[in-house]
Amino acid sequence: MTAIPLLAIRDLTVEFATRRGPVQAVRRVDVSVAKGETVGIVGESGSGKSVTSYAVMRILDRAGRIAGGEVDFSGIDLRSASERQMRDLRGREISMIFQNPRAALNPIRKVGHQIEDVLRQHAEAGSGDAKAKAIAALDQVKIARASERYHAYPFELSGGMCQRVVIALALACRPQLLIADEPTTGLDVTTQKAVMDLVTGLTRERGMASVLITHDLGLAATYCDRIVVMEQGRVVETAPASTIFRAPAHAYTRKLMQATPRPGVSLRDLLPEGAPAAPTAHAEAAGAPLLAVSGLVKEYPKAKALLSRKPAEAPFRAVDALSFTVARGESVGLVGESGCGKSTTSTMVMRLLDPTEGSIVFAGEEIGRVPAARFARHPLRPKIQMVFQDPTDSLNPRWTASRAIADPLKRFGTVRGSDAIRARCEELARLVGLPVELLDRFPHQLSGGQKARVGIARAIAPSPDLVILDEPTAALDVSVQALVLNLLADLKQALGMSYLFVSHDLQVVRMLCDRVIVMRSGRIVEEGPTEAVLGAPQAEYTRALLAAIPRPPV
Amino acid sequence: MLRTLLDRLLTTLPALAGVVVVSFLLTRVLPGDTAAYFAGPAATPQAIAQIRTELGLDRPLPEQFARYVADLARGDLGRSLTTGQPVTADLGARLPASAELTLVGLVLSLLVAIPLGVAAALKQGSLVDHACRVVATAGVSLPVFFTGLLLVYVFYFVLGWAPAPLGRLDAFASPPPTRTGFFLVDSLAAGDAETFRAALGQIALPGLTLAIFALAPIARITRAAMLAVLAADFVRTARAAGLSRRRVVVTYALRNALLPVVTTLGMVFSFLLGANVLVEKVFAWPGVGSYAVEALIASDFAPVQGFVLAMALLYTVLNLTIDLAYGLIDPRVRGAA
Repeated sequence: MTAIPLLAIRDLTVEFATRRGPVQAVRRVDVSVAKGETVGIVGESGSGKSVTSYAVMRILDRAGRIAGGEVDFSGIDLRSASERQMRDLRGREISMIFQNPRAALNPIRKVGHQIEDVLRQHAEAGSGDAKAKAIAALDQVKIARASERYHAYPFELSGGMCQRVVIALALACRPQLLIADEPTTGLDVTTQKAVMDLVTGLTRERGMASVLITHDLGLAATYCDRIVVMEQGRVVETAPASTIFRAPAHAYTRKLMQATPRPGVSLRDLLPEGAPAAPTAHAEAAGAPLLAVSGLVKEYPKAKALLSRKPAEAPFRAVDALSFTVARGESVGLVGESGCGKSTTSTMVMRLLDPTEGSIVFAGEEIGRVPAARFARHPLRPKIQMVFQDPTDSLNPRWTASRAIADPLKRFGTVRGSDAIRARCEELARLVGLPVELLDRFPHQLSGGQKARVGIARAIAPSPDLVILDEPTAALDVSVQALVLNLLADLKQALGMSYLFVSHDLQVVRMLCDRVIVMRSGRIVEEGPTEAVLGAPQAEYTRALLAAIPRPPV
Repeated sequence: MLRTLLDRLLTTLPALAGVVVVSFLLTRVLPGDTAAYFAGPAATPQAIAQIRTELGLDRPLPEQFARYVADLARGDLGRSLTTGQPVTADLGARLPASAELTLVGLVLSLLVAIPLGVAAALKQGSLVDHACRVVATAGVSLPVFFTGLLLVYVFYFVLGWAPAPLGRLDAFASPPPTRTGFFLVDSLAAGDAETFRAALGQIALPGLTLAIFALAPIARITRAAMLAVLAADFVRTARAAGLSRRRVVVTYALRNALLPVVTTLGMVFSFLLGANVLVEKVFAWPGVGSYAVEALIASDFAPVQGFVLAMALLYTVLNLTIDLAYGLIDPRVRGAA
């Protein structure tokens, strides 16, 4: 990196005014990006990685301000630049793409017009050629039938397609620097690969520099030249991507790297050294299966206008003749991309949704015929529990942790008397590794990992036989994910439960599950023992899923 | 589009049927005897009974209702006993006055409230924001008859800027040739600047009274919606793309923020219809509100039923318009409607 950097951040400090006084979100950070270089900024939530990029663009919200340091972009001091100057730079010289692409686009404006807005703002197009240039921009991000999609609204496009539009918008004026803030979080693994390949391809082709902000060390190492690791507002390590996996210098980088699920490691390997050895023995699947699903179908009728004389369209089949079993003590992974029907399936097994056809036999009893509305009072109800995807949204914000955990106990009457319930809550808290003194806190006073533990404690409170885990770690940082996954494995061992683990993350499924079912468009594509399916996949689709996982140079 | 419209119109039919039944029953259960009222204080019981038979009030309720519905189907709303005119004629003459007043009030308050709400959201915690809060609180806390009287006192009695609060035009001016029934529109259409000015002078104070009343909800909703939208991801994208402040605020933020405002408009309009009754009393405005109140006091059923039905129809049409406008602004509901 001998060339003069395109972007140089020196000693940057960003402060946020809060009710308890100023808080430094970014402290004395140094980052430099050379022309044509791709730099990854990696860190967990609260590390200040996004705030750093907002400070560069000067789009911090009103509470935030740059408190110290300098930001230099090809000779321009961005900290003292006027708002007008900044506006000319944004979009034309420095662009940004964001997480959650659907929300990043104006929902009531045609995507073509949104691209035109940017082109016209920076005088790249006049009223005559704006449309043609916008279509060309859509073409460049490989959107098929670009002239048709020009008229589409964001809600008519898929998540991956929306991200392409956001990229087209960012690159329309051929900026020199592209900042990508978690561009693929929330996208499917194959879409992630397509989007990242597109971004790296376009930036390389145009000789642009780019900054990739992500929590995924693997993703950053795959696509970046150099990686900056941030922790709690500070840069702890800067190293070439090729060496960071092989020789992480800083303890935090090592911890982060270790916690990242990757091929060839077990759950225990994710934890820092010194964790107790794993209980290895797998519970033997014996006797009749705990859960047997056969010929499960869920159809959604297409909406029909009141006066329409057209015959109703064929209903949409979200789940199409699905059959599988889960043995006692077994954990089965249900894998697939968004829209494959995996969540619909788990919701039907949970009996929150009525199947159109098919049977669900749980513990020898047919529960598929019990209407969802009445299953809440069914004697088998305590035996099936669920852990939800978002640990924050799935807790009542006005209930303490102990109230949340006690809720199923009170509802099913498994434990009676307030002392007995409290004792059971404390026992459960110890079981899931939640400090007992935190039981009287409210969700907003707990960290993400602690909330996840409360959610798990609540699910195992009535001693269920089957726990449905719906992407339980998708919203957690990798180091917390490692702890929670290990906790789940230990609990299964100790309590002899079965898991139905719904996920799109193959690496996580590989570590936690005995058997895996790969789904696509409501059907099973492939199923079998985890090692066999992921080690030597038979179906084309499984191979594509595996190939899309980012492979850092190790 | 036409199909959606028909679909929506069909769904309003049950609501209208309900209004017919309820307005009929309500006027029947209200205390007060129409026959006794019209016979006068000195009437003999025989005279009252005779009037009752003439009006058909001695028949059983279902029969009265059947007759009412049959008349309604022919477009006959009955005859007002106080004015002696058919209710349809009375309403037809008075409805434009009320509608003109309400619309002027609504437009005035929109013109003030939306910019005020936007400014308050853009400069949160500033003087404008506090001013918005004060104006909004004052607007809802003061009863409309009080605001009306206050305005009359200041602008007519003290300053003498406004004409006497005695109806739509002063006694010596003649109304413009009727086209829409709105004096402001009709006088302009006739090219009669003098009548236009006179009508404008008369409608200014009552319009302002209603506007102050409607200001609060619209300004608050605009402010809240703008704050939510300004924090949205797509506004950040627009800023990061270097779009001008005007474009970010108007095209990106305001157009999205207008969706909840449009929804609230329907509700605000119904508040205004209620407030109208009092404002018409204060300003001697010859509208349907004061007409209905007088009829109600006189236990004169037909005008009250006619009024309730007319308001229900108006409100339904308004909601339909709002739904359709929503579809124009928001592409997401177009397919779903």
